[in-house]
Amino acid sequence: MTFVKPAFRHPDAPVNELGRTRQDYEGGLSTLCAGCGHDSISAAIIDACFELNIEPHKVAKLSGIGCSSKTPAYFLSGSHSFNSVHGRMPSVATGANLANRDLIYVGISGDGDTASIGLGQFAHVVRRNLNMTYIVENNGCYGLTKGQDSATMDTGSPNKKGDINLYSPIDLARLAIEVGATFVGRSFSGDKQQLIPLIKAAISHRGFALLDVISPCVTFNNHSESTKSYEHVRNANTDMPVDFVPMRQEITATYDSGATCEVCMHDGSVVRLYKQDNDYDIEDRQSALEATSHYTKEGKILTGLLYIQRDSEELHDVLGTARRPLNSMDEKQLCPGSRFLDSINAGLR
Amino acid sequence: MQAKQSINDFVIKFANVNGTGSASANSMFAKAIFRMGIPVSPRNIFPSNIQGMPTWYEVRVSQDGYLGRRGGIDIMVCVNPQSIKRDVAEVESGGYFIYDSTKPLDLRLVRKDINYIGIPLTDICLREYTDARQRLLFKNVIYVGALSALLNIEFNVLKDLVGDQFKGKEKLITPNIYALELGHQYASTHFDCPIGIHLERGHKTAKHIEDFDNILMDGNTAAALGAVYAGATVAAWYPITPSTSVVDAFDKYCRRLRIDPGTGKKNYAIVQAEDELSAMGMVIGANWNGARAFTATSGPGVSLMSEFLGLAYFAEVPVVLIDVQRAGPSTGMPTRTQQSDVLMAAYASHGDTKHVLLFPATPAECFSMTLESFDLAERLQTPIIIMSDLDLGMNEWMSPPLEFDDNFRYDRGKVLSADDLDQMETRFGRYSDVDGDGIPYRTYPGVHPEKGAYFTRGTSKDEYAAYTEDGAEYVRNMDRLLKKFETAKAIVPEPKIKQSAMETRYGAVFFGTTASPAYEAIEILEKEGIDLDTLRIRSFPFNFEVEQFILDHDRIFIIEQNRDGQMRRLLLNETSVPAKEKLIPILEYDGLPVTARKIAGMIRNYITHGNVTPLTRRAAPEEVTT
Repeated sequence: MTFVKPAFRHPDAPVNELGRTRQDYEGGLSTLCAGCGHDSISAAIIDACFELNIEPHKVAKLSGIGCSSKTPAYFLSGSHSFNSVHGRMPSVATGANLANRDLIYVGISGDGDTASIGLGQFAHVVRRNLNMTYIVENNGCYGLTKGQDSATMDTGSPNKKGDINLYSPIDLARLAIEVGATFVGRSFSGDKQQLIPLIKAAISHRGFALLDVISPCVTFNNHSESTKSYEHVRNANTDMPVDFVPMRQEITATYDSGATCEVCMHDGSVVRLYKQDNDYDIEDRQSALEATSHYTKEGKILTGLLYIQRDSEELHDVLGTARRPLNSMDEKQLCPGSRFLDSINAGLR
Repeated sequence: MQAKQSINDFVIKFANVNGTGSASANSMFAKAIFRMGIPVSPRNIFPSNIQGMPTWYEVRVSQDGYLGRRGGIDIMVCVNPQSIKRDVAEVESGGYFIYDSTKPLDLRLVRKDINYIGIPLTDICLREYTDARQRLLFKNVIYVGALSALLNIEFNVLKDLVGDQFKGKEKLITPNIYALELGHQYASTHFDCPIGIHLERGHKTAKHIEDFDNILMDGNTAAALGAVYAGATVAAWYPITPSTSVVDAFDKYCRRLRIDPGTGKKNYAIVQAEDELSAMGMVIGANWNGARAFTATSGPGVSLMSEFLGLAYFAEVPVVLIDVQRAGPSTGMPTRTQQSDVLMAAYASHGDTKHVLLFPATPAECFSMTLESFDLAERLQTPIIIMSDLDLGMNEWMSPPLEFDDNFRYDRGKVLSADDLDQMETRFGRYSDVDGDGIPYRTYPGVHPEKGAYFTRGTSKDEYAAYTEDGAEYVRNMDRLLKKFETAKAIVPEPKIKQSAMETRYGAVFFGTTASPAYEAIEILEKEGIDLDTLRIRSFPFNFEVEQFILDHDRIFIIEQNRDGQMRRLLLNETSVPAKEKLIPILEYDGLPVTARKIAGMIRNYITHGNVTPLTRRAAPEEVTT
């Protein structure tokens, strides 16, 4: 690395239940453009893991190719990481998870990586309900190749050259709900208050959790007419604030009960959120699809936890794999020995 | 006309309609011969179709134990009017044409130089069965019954086979035996049985088969068992002919052997991926995370997996890939065999990449090489590609029994445990060449709370896995990968070399399923006074012995089943062969397994018309065993 972070540690830095400071969850210095939304997301991941008292080495970070996919280098340097090939992170994550179900899998992707080259793998990892958190850092353009349109760019939104996008956009959150995701959230890189609890809830969710995070590209897609700019998203954001209360923690905050909704997760943690309207049932797929489409039609962006299915069978449940990680098994569990082979031979004579 | 006479040495071919259950009847026919102690090699020559198109099944019977195709047909059993014209034409002079005589044979199909045996199969079925499906299925069993009389197959052997086949479905046994009897009875009352070409229970050990401990099995099942024994826990795959039965068999054995007795849970995971790219991605992810994982595919799948193979090569992640080759390019002939993925597999992916290839030639080797491949993949931290083909993978071969040593322990390669990391005095460098063999140390994710984490990437990196665009660092890493490939030469399976009894300047090099017909061709030529030493390649990178063999001979025939002489090109590329002219391509690529006659003919042609004088015979050669 050309850039080296100072190792200085404030003696009074707060520690979490593991005795670790926030700094223990950081990574290398970012090489993204100054002001890039992706860096805010990395920071939110660091906060979420710190606050959840996760041991960094129990996390595996995976990514594809693109600006977003470089970011695993910028958080949790104590975790193993796998920067794979373009659009194929879901399959690598699937294999990794099959090998060891005891780690926490965090996948980082972008709109190019997920909505174009990786759309097939994305749809299939969703329908398999792989137990992972999948964050799309969505800026509507290809940053690393200098600003081409991506498949999530809204119709009518111009790129930096001034060309208007005439294709219809892919809404990854809606697609995920449609193909069977069990946790779908949308957020904005500029809204830390909402993003951190959403990441915590996504990590705590058992099954596939998608977070579609709008993350403006300051260099190529942050101009005044872009629908993925800081300004536009701030104005159009219709946010449902989210709180995440980890298991065994007393729920203390008070809320206006008319507008809040509490969802108890499988491990006893609670996600609490303010809804914009009471007709919207976030545990109903159809209702979630209707709500997102309603706001989109009004030119708004609905953010927050959009859909959750609390009890679902993740891939290991469906496959019926052993509780013990497959990568920890040896000859004793796996190799049938010569006597069985003799019986095979006998059956082939 | 002189009718052919032969005992335990002939080729019989069945012409059937696809999807009528003929393959299982034909397979029972072949297995009966096998159980009589006579070497046999059946081959299913099937179309890319589920029902209705012509399909053939060729059975070579060889007292000497030749298992490759010989070439030529002595007996044709024709149950398909669609293909009858070409089927009649294919029979060698003096041979037999057995057909359904319910309708009289078209006079244009009558040859004077072959023998016709008509059995009214349709008539018998119409008389005996009312159900249309039964009429179709039992027709096959009836002709097997008739053949048992004509060729002298022991009826009890067939009865036992029916019993084995329908174990658990006992009520099917009696009707099947009845159908066998119908055919047997018709043939024995209407013809002089047995005919000139027939079988006699094997008395002596065949020349090319060590003893009758042999088994009859297909290579794909053997490879699947190899993966079970190697401790593979993750299989990710996408269906494609002719590899599908590898994962099917893996699934079957895992259901039997890998269920935890206490919990009923599976000590394995099989995922049918959305495509081959994803299948390879899952294999890489699982291996990266310390499980043994593999996939099986064919040429089109390897094309799709190429990008990922490059990643695994460069990021140094173990992979086991079983490539059951079929005829390309593109979709090619999906149900025909070829050895045409050699170059693609050797250099799959962009940039400077090379992969370790293994070339099994028998089901026993499909088992042992797959078993070994997981150790090799983890020791070398790179993809290992097992180059099987349709002929080996999907046909039943007589093979030595599968062997496993209970003292065998998995070699997981250079993996650092938490203790290792604690005891390390130097900083862990994922891509450091600590031992000077080009193979670095790795860690599994989650191994240690403070140490051992690193960043796996397809981008260039320094010894500590950090991204770098420094040219010198990049070159150092690329050169280390080359050194690792050199290290591989010493640990991959060595070639099998056979010296001719006579000193000779000629050599023949082949691999995989070309071996059987090649060994036979060498013996045909030997009888004509043309002597060749042989080398069967079993792996790439080429071991030292391969290079030496080429240096030691003036002319080397490279026999393979593809158009472009891919192994020849690989040899030219990867050895210090002094002259291109030294390696003579002997090629067959029509999609059917190459025959011994064809190979012998091409080599003979080269030697007798190529201004090369053969050495004269001085002494009888010793027995050669395959």
